[in-house]
This record gives sequence, structure tokens and C-alpha cells, in this order.
Amino acid sequence: MEQSVHTSFSIRGFEFKNRVFVASGTFGYGDEIREVFPVEKLGGIITKSLSLKPRDGNPPPRTVETASGMLNSIGLANIGVKAFIETKLPVLRTFKTSIIANIAASSIDEYCEVLELLESEQGIVAYEINVSCPNVKEGGLNFGADCAKTAQVTHELRKRTSKPLIIKLTPNVTHISEFARAVANEGADAVSLINTVIGMAIDIKTRKPKLSTVTGGLSGPAIKPIALAKVYEVAKAISIPIFGIGGIASTEDAIEFLLAGASAVQIGTMNFVEPLLSVKIVEGLEQYCRQNNIDDIGKLVGALDANIGFSILQSWL
Amino acid sequence: MTQEFAKLNHKECIAEKTYLLIIESSNIAQYGRAGQFVNIRIDSQGSNPLLRRPYTISNVSDSSFEIIVQVVGRGSQLLAEKNCGEMLDIIGPLGNAFRTGGDFDTACLVGGGVGIAPFPFLTRMLISAGKNVETFAGFKSKAQIVTRELNNIHIATDDGSAGFHGNVVELLHHYFDEHSIVKPKIFSCGPMPMLRALTLFATERRICCEVSLESEMACGVGLCQGCAVERKGNGGKFALVCKEGPNFFSDEIKL
Repeated sequence: MEQSVHTSFSIRGFEFKNRVFVASGTFGYGDEIREVFPVEKLGGIITKSLSLKPRDGNPPPRTVETASGMLNSIGLANIGVKAFIETKLPVLRTFKTSIIANIAASSIDEYCEVLELLESEQGIVAYEINVSCPNVKEGGLNFGADCAKTAQVTHELRKRTSKPLIIKLTPNVTHISEFARAVANEGADAVSLINTVIGMAIDIKTRKPKLSTVTGGLSGPAIKPIALAKVYEVAKAISIPIFGIGGIASTEDAIEFLLAGASAVQIGTMNFVEPLLSVKIVEGLEQYCRQNNIDDIGKLVGALDANIGFSILQSWL
Repeated sequence: MTQEFAKLNHKECIAEKTYLLIIESSNIAQYGRAGQFVNIRIDSQGSNPLLRRPYTISNVSDSSFEIIVQVVGRGSQLLAEKNCGEMLDIIGPLGNAFRTGGDFDTACLVGGGVGIAPFPFLTRMLISAGKNVETFAGFKSKAQIVTRELNNIHIATDDGSAGFHGNVVELLHHYFDEHSIVKPKIFSCGPMPMLRALTLFATERRICCEVSLESEMACGVGLCQGCAVERKGNGGKFALVCKEGPNFFSDEIKL
């Protein structure tokens, strides 16, 4: 019989079945590809950002591929929280996995209002708060790049829910760990990082930017080393769990994030390329643990050996 | 929609920098409809390019389907360099289909360059629906012309090296002025300036017109919301090319 590996973990007393999630904005509302996707295998689904009012999003072009990554400027296009509750949540409630609602807003009142609308509904187990979208004028980075405002949003939302509260942080600041510390002090149960890195691409024939908003958010394997360094920085600064996000494209990538200090991982851009990648990583993590006689995936979390040895050269070749 | 590894059975250069690829897939052959597309991961182990590339289904047989690849960048270059026998990582069929039924007698297929790609499949569907098919195809010059599996073809070239000297919409104007077409409907695919001119043509002459759009796409299935096109009228400001399209009525969207 195969050795069983403990995969679950808890945040604020809520148990997630494993440590692999699909990131906000890369899995729609969760219902789009359910016919071909075994959602029950996932630790959880983080919904597309929900705002109080429906949002059309930014004009095209909204995406452009860059070296090992992509820039996007979707602009939080979404159907709004009320339509989500009416049309999407009933479907999501039938999924045998945890649903985390991602919330975006342009004021503290609006964050609170969206959360309160969701609080009165069954089927949401936790909230991820997007204070870090680089592609909208109001909200987004207005909050996420301001440590005091990020703390204030966390403070107000904490008063309004006893469910796990996860704050999604931007890498587009000087010291991300200061933001992590601030939200932890205000009662956040976890942080997720990183959101996209601000980036830009230009068409040299037309001399125009390749995105309608000029700059956008860079994601994909190109940002993985950045994300890993940010997770490592934050893990040293706080004791609440971290969801590691940024260019994860394989089980090995996911393990790197766990070793750097993430308690769980979110698969983002690579969902677009390999729709079943997250499920493969769920299986891959268990297999890795069995092969290495690890009885609990949690034992990988923060298990980085910072004493650099000569093994680097071997893995490079 | 399924993901599969499908074998490249045949590759052939059919015009300048333009290749026909025949790929084995009973899934696409059985479920694909004219106007739909497949999304191909060209660098199956790496990230150069990272994202899948959408290719319209050009035709299907019992157990395989065809695509037409014009080399315009790194993705298409690598795809055209694949060898017969190699496995391609594909997802499909995706998107909506051309609407081949309805109240029209003559289908005018209007293509710009490699925009003729969906027409062989479409032609077969239209003929089996009992429609007449006239094909209007514009190319830069003679070296780019692709006419295989097309019916009643009228060629235009920008440089006059073959057929009508001018663009394909000008050719269409002449044709409609000189012939009386009974109950026409236009199906089109090609570069944006051509589709804009064609939309104007169709509006002026009150002809129903479908346009098949191309867009940069990340996911191809509606998850990323990247391939937005502005919509006219109700139902939200933007439509997604991958999911609600790629085939739209020309009066549905702003080009």
C-alpha cells in the first residue's frame, strides 16, 4: 500500500483539503471549464475579483505575450457581486472544493459592502482582498502601495467577518514585508503574494504601447524568481500563512515556494496554457513527499536550507 | 473541448511562407464545426512562446483536420518547422461556428490573405446546406495565393500580379455591380482594415455579414477575458473573441 501523505492545512480553523489553489482572474468564476476540470481535486478556487458594480474592464488590447510571460490589463472586468451571487454562486456551491471570494473595490466602504453582501450567503469559505491590481485608476494600487490604507482596509474588514481573511499584496513596493506585517497586525489570517509586476511592451513599427493602458501587469514564469524572493522576505517577517503566487509551472516550482516559506500555492497564468496543471501539481506534491518519505506536505513549508552548497552546479547542468 | 496530443500527419508548403498541416484527431474531426478553432501549445515543454496559438480549423476528414499556418513570427515559425510524426498539444474545438443555415441562397466568402483558412470547411457545409458559394480572395501578390478546396474563386492582388488589381472589397463592389446576386450572405475573415471596409459594404447594401476575428489570446476558453472586442448594443460593453466569437455578425461589434 502506498504511504499516505497528509495534504490538508488550516487557516483560522478552516481546513483546506490541500495546498494547491487556482489564482484569482485565471479561472473565471470557477464554472467555465467545470465539464473538463476535476475541481474536487483542488485545495480551493479563488474567484475572479468581484466589485460592487459590474465592470466592463479596459479597452483592447488587454493582453500581450512577453518573454516567458504575459502582460495583462483586463481592468477587473467582472459581472459584479450581485450577479455573482445570483448566477455563479449556486453553481459553485455544488463544487466539492473550497471557494474563496476575491474582492476588489475603490474605497474602504465599497470593500466592506461587497464583503457584507457575500457574508450573508452560504458557500464562501474565505475572502481574498485584492488591494494590488495595477490596471485600474481608482482602488487597486491606490490601496496596495499605501501601507496605512492597506492596514485600514484589513482593520475594517476584520470587524465584519469571522471567516479567513487573506490580503493579496503587490510586489510594486519597496518593502513588501512592511505591508505583510501591517495586515498581520490588523488581524489578517493570511497573505497572498505576489500580484503582477508592473511592466510594459512597445510595438516598434507603430511606436505605440502594446497595451491600451500603456503599462500592465506581468505574470507567468518570467516573474517566478521575483515572487520567490518576496515570499522568502515575507516569511521571515510574519508568522501567518502565505499563499505563494508567481509563475508556477510545475510541481518543482510549487515545492520551491513551499521551501521559501509559503504554506500553499496558487497557480495563475499557467492555467491558461495547461488547464490541468493545478491538478497535476496536487498529485505531484504527494508523489514527491512519498518518494522522499515525507508524511506531511506541511513539513516542506519554510524548510529552506540557507547554507548554499555545491549542489547548485549539478542542478544547473 | 478536450486537450489531446495529436500527431502531425502531413505538412506541405502551399504558398510563400504558408503551410498546410494535417493533424490526426478524430475528436476535432467529429466535433469541430466550420469557423471554430484549436489552440496549440507550440513549445510544449517550455515557455518560448508561452501561450497557445489559435488556428482555425480549415477542413476535416474522417479522423484528421487541417490548419493553414502562415509564418509571421516565432510561434508560427516553430509550428511550420514541426516534422511529420511529431505530437502536437492541442485544445479544441473552441469558439462558435459560422451560421450556415438561414434565409440566403448565395454565400459570398470573402478572405484576405491567409484569412481564407476557414473557407474549405465552410464551403463544404454550405454546399451540403444547398447554398451557392462564390469565393472572393485578396492577396498581396501572386506568390501568396491559396485556392485549394475553394469554389468559384475570384482573385484580387494588391500589386495586380494575378486577377483583379486592387483589394478584395473593391473586387466585391465590381462583382455586385455587374451581377445580380440572389439573397446573398457574406462570410469573411481577414485583416482588420478589410473587415472594416467589408462591414461598410454590407451595411450600404443591406447584406447580412459574418466576420471571423483574430485576436491575441491567452487562454482561448473565456477564463482570462483578454481577447475583448467592443460590442454594439446590449449585453455588456465587450464581447470575448474566444468564447462568444470568433464569428460575429458585422453589426454586432465595433471593428
